[in-house]
Amino acid sequence: MSEPRLVEVRRNVLKQNDIIARALRERFREAGIFVVSLVSSPGAGKTTFLEKTLTQLQPRYRVAALVGDLATENDAVRLARSKAPVKQITTGTLCHLEAAMIENALGDWDLHDLDFLFIENVGNLVCPSSYDLGESLRLVLMSVTEGEDKPLKYPTIFNSADVAIVSKIDLAEAVEFDWETARTSIQSVRPGMQVFRLSAKAGTGMEEYLDFLDQQLTQRRAVAQA
Amino acid sequence: MTRSGPVGSGLELWGGAMHELSIAMSIVDAALEESRQRGVQVSAVHLRLGALSGVVKEALLFSYQMACQDTPLQGSRLIVEDVPVVVFCPQCNEPRTLPSVQSFACPECGAPTRDIRQGKELEVFALEVEEVAP
Repeated sequence: MSEPRLVEVRRNVLKQNDIIARALRERFREAGIFVVSLVSSPGAGKTTFLEKTLTQLQPRYRVAALVGDLATENDAVRLARSKAPVKQITTGTLCHLEAAMIENALGDWDLHDLDFLFIENVGNLVCPSSYDLGESLRLVLMSVTEGEDKPLKYPTIFNSADVAIVSKIDLAEAVEFDWETARTSIQSVRPGMQVFRLSAKAGTGMEEYLDFLDQQLTQRRAVAQA
Repeated sequence: MTRSGPVGSGLELWGGAMHELSIAMSIVDAALEESRQRGVQVSAVHLRLGALSGVVKEALLFSYQMACQDTPLQGSRLIVEDVPVVVFCPQCNEPRTLPSVQSFACPECGAPTRDIRQGKELEVFALEVEEVAP
């Protein structure tokens, strides 16, 4: 038996996911669609938020959603009420979505028929942070009922996101939610991050956020044409 | 998966929902591929793990042993090098190592920054190998 020796290999462990995510991003860009992924802890209100988003964008835009869940199809059923095309990705024991699952789920959808595609990740603030899904924008949701320090507890996922949504603000007073503390926590882990405060249920703050999406799509198409 | 030892308790430690096992399996796959290509036996895998990789080291070390089971890597070691977050401070015009991932501000001058230069690594960077006897 020879002596052990060290060989350098330098392999990115998530290379396969990154390759698929890059291909997806290119496909989305070519089709001119804006792809938004949503991450949050379980119960932060992702599905209600998404249902309202789909419903309110639809008069003006063609929208669709992919929704990840460990076991049930409840979310897809709820989202189907928006009349938008919705596909469920059941992940089984897997706690996050991966780029290959997005690729499979898209199946025969013609992306040219869409303006916005939403991807709802599994409710989890840890695992999804490592996986690029090819999205144009990653939204992280935290509800006022979860406490102001959520970003400090899960800095990695907040750092991987582009925009934060503070949801359920209709309950802020009841749970004594302190916005300044929350704002400081968010800015500490992700300086300059844009934040929308809203209640999907009551409708408060939705308009500002939908206008933002509108601008993002316009910008994307302007860049694509240039 | 059948295995002696406290598998259940280990998984529960991480809240049941862990992606470290699938990451560990990717690491094992990568090491096996290299070992086949090079015709060597792998005795240890060296991994660079960034503080922003989203992977919990303890859960990964635990999962690695599971992922190695019944493969030629069984009995091999996973050696993890922790990689801290390095940001670029626009005020100091210098790269700075962050003492904590809870504050993306320059540890010297306090300027906030989101210019991340290091800390997302999840990379198999070396293998300890032995030649396979012919």
